[in-house]
Amino acid sequence: MPVIVVEVMPKPELLDPQGKAVAGALHRLGKSGIAGVRIGKRFEVTVDEVTDAVLAEVTQLADDMFSNSVIEDVVSIVVEPSPTRA
Amino acid sequence: MTSIGVITFPGSLDDRDAQRAVRLAGATPVALWHGEHDLRGVDAIVLPGGFSYGDYLRCGAIASLSPIMAEVIDAAAKGMPVLGICNGFQMLTEAHLLEGGLIRNDHGSFICRDQRLRVENTSTAWTNGFVAGSEITIPLKNGEGSFIASAETIARLEGEGRVAFRYVDVNPNGSLNDIAGISNARGNVVGLMPHPEHATEEGFGPDTALAMRNGTDGLTVFTSAIAAFVSA
Repeated sequence: MPVIVVEVMPKPELLDPQGKAVAGALHRLGKSGIAGVRIGKRFEVTVDEVTDAVLAEVTQLADDMFSNSVIEDVVSIVVEPSPTRA
Repeated sequence: MTSIGVITFPGSLDDRDAQRAVRLAGATPVALWHGEHDLRGVDAIVLPGGFSYGDYLRCGAIASLSPIMAEVIDAAAKGMPVLGICNGFQMLTEAHLLEGGLIRNDHGSFICRDQRLRVENTSTAWTNGFVAGSEITIPLKNGEGSFIASAETIARLEGEGRVAFRYVDVNPNGSLNDIAGISNARGNVVGLMPHPEHATEEGFGPDTALAMRNGTDGLTVFTSAIAAFVSA
């Protein structure tokens, strides 16, 4: 079945303490080429079929439920083709 | 007698503490369940602290979509006093009953301390028993208590006097403008990160200059809500 992938990130102007903690660990490991890390969320929404109505519904859910517009942005909504499995 | 409902969600921790605080303040606590559409005729509502749904998705996000929240949102619109403590505050922002949002503490750590606050607005349903500008000490315990909002929202909250509680001495989590709690425009809905319900009985509260664990500064939050019904 097709999957709609929604990606949500903390707003760029807000501090992301998770990303900051990971970046701090990387610096301690000597990864000096890494300037920063930010951590967001990826939602894989499995649907029966992709129609305009389904896409519109998932887009609405992305705005209303998967993200909180006060603190996060929906950065992408992409339809992934069904994986072919034996 | 005034009755105050305390809603239990999957993962609520402080629901029974909130019920106890209601009882100590002189009202009847009523246990409410997230999965029902029934407020059981209560006069006011407390959304307690905890980790509803394990903080999955975002703190308070899934709880804010619970069946009973439809009734809470309706009741709040009609003026019923609603208090959100900690996770309950997070639910109120997720339910759009209060503005702004709560994100992970700026230092990245869970924090648990007796926190000094200033009561900034004494005209809300939950703060009217305080003397304006009085300072209180109640426990604070959270990992995601950093209050944030857009610059316009912060300016509006400040301009309309809707900052109910402000952190004093230490900003424990990076909250903008040291904001610990806010109210809606009408003043019936209040949310705060620190826990007034844990400072309502001598022997079980924060330390005071007088004695260990003697602090009861949180009790006035609950008696404030009750006073409106007693005098009405």
